[in-house]
Amino acid sequence: MSAPRPALETATMVRAGEESAVDVLEHHLAVIEAGEDAVHAFNLVLADQARAQARAVDAAVAAGDDPGPLAGVPVALKDNLCTRGVPTTCSSRILDGWCPPYDATVVTRLAAAGAVVIGKTNMDEFAMGSSTETSASGPTRNPYDTSRVPGGSSGGSAAAVAAGFAPLALGSDTGGSIRQPAALCGVVGMKPTYGTVSRYGLVAFASSLDQIGPFAHTVADAALLFDVIGGHDPLDSTSLHRPTPRVLSVLDDGVDGMTVGVLTEFLDGAAPDVAARVHQAADALAAAGARIEEVSVPEVTLGLSAYYLIAPGEASSNLARYDGVRYGLRVDAEDTVAMNTATRTAGFGAEVKRRIMLGTYVLSAGYMDAYYNQALKVRTRIIQGFAAAYARCDVLLGPTAPTTAFALGAKVDDPLTMYLSDVCTIPSNLAGHPAISVPFGPGDDGLPVGVQLLGPALSEGTLFQVAAAVEAAAPDLPAPRITTGAAS
Amino acid sequence: MDQPARLTREDVAHVAALARLHLSDEELDTFTHQLASVLDHAADVSSLDLTGVEPTAHAMAVTNVLRTDEPAPCLDRDEVLAQAPAVEDHRFRVPRILGEAP
Amino acid sequence: MTSGWQMVIGLEVHCELKTATKLFCGCPNMFGDEPNTNVCPNCLGLPGSLPVLNQQAVELAMAIGTALHCEIRPSTFHRKNYFYPDQAKDYQISQYDEPLNVDGWLDLPDGFRVGIERAHMEEDTGKTTHAGASGRIHGADYSLVDYNRSGVPLVEIVSAPDMRTADQARAYVTELRAILVASGASDGKMEEGSMRVDANVSVRRGPDEPFGTRCEIKNLNSVRSLGRAIEYEAQRQIALIESGERVVQQTRHWDEGAGRTEALRSKEDAYDYRYFLEPDLVPLVPDAEWIRAVGDTLGMMPAERRARLVTLLEESGGVADAQRDQITTVVDLGLDDLVVAAVAGGVGSGLALARTANEAATDAEAARALDPKSYVELLTLEGAGSLSATQAKAVLAELFARGGGDPAAIAKEMGFEAMSEDSLAATVAEAVDAHPDEWGRYCAGDDKLAGFFTGLVMKATRGQANGKAVAAELARRRG
Repeated sequence: MSAPRPALETATMVRAGEESAVDVLEHHLAVIEAGEDAVHAFNLVLADQARAQARAVDAAVAAGDDPGPLAGVPVALKDNLCTRGVPTTCSSRILDGWCPPYDATVVTRLAAAGAVVIGKTNMDEFAMGSSTETSASGPTRNPYDTSRVPGGSSGGSAAAVAAGFAPLALGSDTGGSIRQPAALCGVVGMKPTYGTVSRYGLVAFASSLDQIGPFAHTVADAALLFDVIGGHDPLDSTSLHRPTPRVLSVLDDGVDGMTVGVLTEFLDGAAPDVAARVHQAADALAAAGARIEEVSVPEVTLGLSAYYLIAPGEASSNLARYDGVRYGLRVDAEDTVAMNTATRTAGFGAEVKRRIMLGTYVLSAGYMDAYYNQALKVRTRIIQGFAAAYARCDVLLGPTAPTTAFALGAKVDDPLTMYLSDVCTIPSNLAGHPAISVPFGPGDDGLPVGVQLLGPALSEGTLFQVAAAVEAAAPDLPAPRITTGAAS
Repeated sequence: MDQPARLTREDVAHVAALARLHLSDEELDTFTHQLASVLDHAADVSSLDLTGVEPTAHAMAVTNVLRTDEPAPCLDRDEVLAQAPAVEDHRFRVPRILGEAP
Repeated sequence: MTSGWQMVIGLEVHCELKTATKLFCGCPNMFGDEPNTNVCPNCLGLPGSLPVLNQQAVELAMAIGTALHCEIRPSTFHRKNYFYPDQAKDYQISQYDEPLNVDGWLDLPDGFRVGIERAHMEEDTGKTTHAGASGRIHGADYSLVDYNRSGVPLVEIVSAPDMRTADQARAYVTELRAILVASGASDGKMEEGSMRVDANVSVRRGPDEPFGTRCEIKNLNSVRSLGRAIEYEAQRQIALIESGERVVQQTRHWDEGAGRTEALRSKEDAYDYRYFLEPDLVPLVPDAEWIRAVGDTLGMMPAERRARLVTLLEESGGVADAQRDQITTVVDLGLDDLVVAAVAGGVGSGLALARTANEAATDAEAARALDPKSYVELLTLEGAGSLSATQAKAVLAELFARGGGDPAAIAKEMGFEAMSEDSLAATVAEAVDAHPDEWGRYCAGDDKLAGFFTGLVMKATRGQANGKAVAAELARRRG
């Protein structure tokens, strides 16, 4: 299969009138038609709405207007991004059919850039998971091997891009939920610096960790999407006033003279084939002019424990609003307390309940100091540890996930095992730092491996620069088994 | 720092009620076991000596984010109430409320 | 108070701020609009919504802190987590261990100082109406929620438990209300719910005993209810203790009709609110310049205004008890500037105060709108004897009715020319001649008869004569 056309190229052609947005859309809808049953990337395909958007783009071009940098490019949106009048379910029963009366800021920015929203993608329920198996609508399957997970929680978005359903997608990343599925599905996935992309309209999981980020086939396309969605938003108090780095323009600046630190603690937990790819990527960067060092940031080993105290704590509070009063599922009862309980018991899946209870416990009187406040101090230590590393290095390099995609059902019975998938991604969320996963060839089983680049806050420019260099040297990946309508 | 006591079934029942969740006896057992192992893992955090370390609630240190006191457009009431489980008199209807707010 | 026992009272006052929009979103802060029309993703608690802090709400909260002599500190917001239908997010954004204003005080008019522990910012809840016979929550079949009020900015003012009588509690609320209105922060309408008072009451056998167990009383809709409820609750607790039982810490509801408090819930198992720092907001750190700017624009507070009038009176001889009440009235009604203007214009302070407290107060709104110059002119005319008291009051009423004017011209219109000395003397002579017996007794020393003759002259001149001038003429005639 030939490599899918980059979004950058599509947008350029549509803007120039050389390609019709409607044709682009129809092509992708056909790919979805052929492959979606096997993959289940979407909770909802928005064929009619997308067609209307595509027609509007073409009309604008015909009228001599510029629809914007994403003109006619189909984008898939994780189903925790509010889309006005379109169901936004977070793959949960409790929001089944709920239509927000407003758009998330990123959705508004996509529309202003001429993008065409092609569908809402499947996810772990309320973004809690690393495999998209906790979804109330059933799991998404990895396009490279449909007996395997796509990763999570943004598994649907990663799979949609990998399967060719859309060239671009948005996901959210709280503990690795963009980067890990990107690695498992062989696509690029990036989590920005906390505060560079508005969270307004992103259904909250853990407010101090959540960030929206891009999925794409190429680093350049991810950069294009990041440039569109990033930037200050007055509707989000945690949105940074400082200018968000513009990255598309610096992609080809190369890595000459940069120092790349290979993070030993991350390599420690990685499978041998994954570790090998990381070393291979390091070699490639060295060949391109970078200095490679081994770096130890021992504080990151506490990341998992701190995360599983902070994130559920905040989540337990963020998910209290699902009480059957104002929107979403209601299970009737004699009194309001009973109604709240019946609604939440019926509406939430087991993993969500687990995290709500864990979070409630962690915040509870008597436990606050031992758990939650301690975790916030660990966060400080992690930030300090990274700062020491960045005194010597421009970026850090390591695996994204410890292994390639695991089998569906392999980890669902033991939450703890599932949580270990995030050990390489969580520290960046705790520190608020940007990180990107770039595909770097297959593992021993032929499934994609992703390598991860980490940078200090607001270093997206450098990060994308190095990512482009890694991509340039990446070994080929075999094509996913679910692509065109060809019978397999 | 004193290690907190290991999570018990009673603890889980208590937080479930606090979180408005009903658990069957079987679920209570399973969840107690699962949550206890997560917390055991998290014990390495609670046992650290971090005296003198300031907690970081926000990764990016920003202060005084304010907006001017000017009205912004409100939502369309019909659109909002169309999504409500029960409506009467343009208000959200709920079953009887047994107690005052805590 | 039952002898030997002492009440200990602390008050928590929730004050709605007079902003155009809500605390964390741009929805209008408006009482009385159609239900659920002033709502948005934030104040409805929709998924994906985020709060953004209202600058004007912060300034008004700082104004309150300044008016209450608090220290204004860097502060943070916390989530107070609990489920309730009127709580749109099922948590309230409030301030916990780092509130904006701390360690202030408020002086009652009699000088008694009540400590203010804190005055912090938080958001209001929606409003629930209960469908059922009594309209109260108990026995209701179902309830209806309106979120127009959800997210309205509140400042919660917590006093120290310094008050010892119901009167002090009433005076505190009255004074606090005047301060909140004077600072521009609130309209202070208890009956509309823009100012809500909860009372914490306990009793002890003497001032050196430790504090007893307290109960919180809610649903106090007026200053009068506050006083009655406190008295009732103190007696209830005393009776319990004296009969060998103990007071249970709990929240109680004041039933105005029945005249008693009723238990709502026990606070012995204090609710676990699981406070944690609000991750969607950043710290609020007002710098010295901002704090100073707020202080500079803050007008005079009632206590200062009262003190100002006291000084004026002391300069001309002293303050009588009745005048202290007049001062309070005049300041309460916002008429003290008129008094100050009059005195500055040469009018006697006693006259200025009396005329303002008694006459101007009858139409305070008109009085506040009056051009102080005309008020000063009018009182000057009266003070000089050109107008009698009766005439001056009539001219004032006319000034109010017309929304202003020239007092001298109005007086002329109304026929209130000052009587000439000659015509006054002539009228006095006529009265004297008509009553020789009484005149004889007056000349012999019966001073009371001055009033008799003054009355005759007033009647003859239809109130136009100036009483003081008549008295002077009588005295002159007697020799």
